[in-house]
Amino acid sequence: MNAKTRRLVTASLVAVTTTAVLAGCGGADGGSGSEGGVLKLWTHNAGNAAEYDVVEKVVNDFNASQTTYKVEIEAFPQGSYNDAVVASSSSKKLPCILDVDGPNVPNWAWGGYLAPLELSGGEVPLDDQLPSTVGKYQDKVYAFGFYDVALTMFARKSVLDENGIRIPTPEQPWTRAEFASALADLKASGKFEYPLEMGTGGSGEWWPYAYSPQLQSFGGDLVDRDDYKTAEGALNGPEALDWAKWFRSLVTDGYMAQKSGASPNDDFLNGKSAIEWDGSWSAAKNVEKLGDDLLILPPVDFGKGPKIGGASWQWAMSSNCAKPEGARAFLEFTRKTKYFTEFAKAVGTIPATDAAAAQIPGYEPGGRYEPLVRAARDFAVVRPVTPAYPFISSVFEKTAKDIVAGADPDSALGEAVKQIDANLKMNNFYAD
Amino acid sequence: MATRSPQPGATSGPPTAWRRLPVHATRVVLALFFAFPVVFMLVSSFKPDQQIFGDLAGPRAFLPVGDLSLTNYTAVFDRVPALRFLLNSLAVSAITVVLGIVVNSLAAFALSRMRWRGRKFLLTVIIATLIVPFETFALPLVWWVNELPWLEVNGFGLTLTEGWLDTYRVQILPFVAWGFSIFLFHQYFQSIPKELDEAALIDGAGWFGIYRRIVMPLSGPAIATVAILTFLPAWNSYLWPLMVVQQEELRPVMVGIQYFFQLNPSWGEIMAYSSMITVPVLALFLAFQRSFINSIASSGVKG
Repeated sequence: MNAKTRRLVTASLVAVTTTAVLAGCGGADGGSGSEGGVLKLWTHNAGNAAEYDVVEKVVNDFNASQTTYKVEIEAFPQGSYNDAVVASSSSKKLPCILDVDGPNVPNWAWGGYLAPLELSGGEVPLDDQLPSTVGKYQDKVYAFGFYDVALTMFARKSVLDENGIRIPTPEQPWTRAEFASALADLKASGKFEYPLEMGTGGSGEWWPYAYSPQLQSFGGDLVDRDDYKTAEGALNGPEALDWAKWFRSLVTDGYMAQKSGASPNDDFLNGKSAIEWDGSWSAAKNVEKLGDDLLILPPVDFGKGPKIGGASWQWAMSSNCAKPEGARAFLEFTRKTKYFTEFAKAVGTIPATDAAAAQIPGYEPGGRYEPLVRAARDFAVVRPVTPAYPFISSVFEKTAKDIVAGADPDSALGEAVKQIDANLKMNNFYAD
Repeated sequence: MATRSPQPGATSGPPTAWRRLPVHATRVVLALFFAFPVVFMLVSSFKPDQQIFGDLAGPRAFLPVGDLSLTNYTAVFDRVPALRFLLNSLAVSAITVVLGIVVNSLAAFALSRMRWRGRKFLLTVIIATLIVPFETFALPLVWWVNELPWLEVNGFGLTLTEGWLDTYRVQILPFVAWGFSIFLFHQYFQSIPKELDEAALIDGAGWFGIYRRIVMPLSGPAIATVAILTFLPAWNSYLWPLMVVQQEELRPVMVGIQYFFQLNPSWGEIMAYSSMITVPVLALFLAFQRSFINSIASSGVKG
């Protein structure tokens, strides 16, 4: 390093150090929660400007509507949001208002992070919402959402027509045999290395969200929902075993990649796959790229009807909120049809009420995105309502990945049941 | 005119250049192997998403061809307060480096140049701390820093506060003292003749004078190495700030990458942001490269 470089580096370091030391090495103390009438709101929307802007608008409207409370937003990136909440709860730094992913509501309620909501006011009654958009645990409401998302199969009409494949409808979805035949035809066309894109390169909650509905359509489930005390029979019964063998066969038959690429949606749009199992969040982009050639198809009926996962992000109040009446006032204020509409419009999600859906072009009856609304309404299955869900979710992810990679389905599912049952027992079945 | 006499054995084998060909070829392959990810990242940062994945099948993935633009870079600034995150990381990393050099070199000086009972045992304990992964004590550390007191300037007075969460200091101070830096300084100081200390003592210098005027000025390569090895983990810090920082304005660059992982990640933007946060690290390494290699070679420490 020559003298000039050394001087430059030294000067830079000194300048930066001096600035920071003068600033006292401190942070901008925001306080915790709602001191002095301030209510902190945490959202998972950092980096997601479309949804964040609506959150900001709702907050600004509330702040302008009264002078008692002031809501301040802190946005976190979605990928690290849950970790931030869990770390903050252990140091008792949770904000008054926070959003929560629907399947986590029972766990966070059981863990004492959330307080039950008693919403008496608000323009929109809770009963008007899609059931999957209201977060309940032990018959108490802990959260509500403005929208839901839906899984669907995207395909090109031209490709299905070319291969003589029937276009399914919500009333008459593909059966298992029809789906198998369609995949065989598409594979035989020689145009697709893998005709089915299932997003197997994903990770985390995507696995139970995307593939447990298919397990349920076969007749299995993640846990016995009668009392949530065992997964025996549900996750390792004959139906579940049938699902596991089918899932693996998609790879061995060459219909699906064991691990799909980093962007399954771009691969579909580039024509690498014929059918894509994806979420409603890709619908607008696909319509934009493929226009009238895009088909939004219902899920396959594997025997027990078509199924998709339900519940997306919802808003809740923390149990350590110092001003619960303020948080409640804010949450009630947000329950206006115009906000339900604006969230869905901005993010391209399915509005939680019919009144909102009627106001959004494409989501009205007969609209371009109506199949998504119908799927959310008719086919959605809420993930198991138990505090054990985060654990069950991680076990299922590992098990399904093992099965796709070639593990023996019987022993893989048996091991999953053993782990889930041990967790339930160890936590005294999550009794309060 | 002087003529070169042939080297012994040179006439029996192929010319030197040919003999070195396999070595050079291996080096080129290795260089390409390590350069390709960086080249891919830089090139992809100028392409739209669909083209990135369309080009993946062939060499176009590494070539700046097709629909190139700065769109991804402008989108980065719309999505993330990138400048703020860069400044935060720069400040946190730079202060950690400066304090780390001072604190660890002082500790190493005492262990290496001064004679006192138990110093070898203490050095062993310090080296032993290196085998404990950070993840194992991250949660207890969160609890601990949440309980720590701090004096805050409040007008003309001082206020005692509790808890370091949501501050810059919580991102800096736990990482100043580092066993590896102490060990590296210690090894380097051992190579400096102790006679210099004795001569300085005779001339009336104190231990701090010897440290400041003799040992540190002779330890440029060790300082450069510690600077790089401290800067890298500070710059790459992800788990810790995720756990202790809630306010957006205090977040470092690595947490910022999470902003891009939405339901449909925009890979072009991810590549653009990754390129932006990689450049400072590459620049630092290039600036200190020679000293870094010298120090690694002379201290007998290999990473």
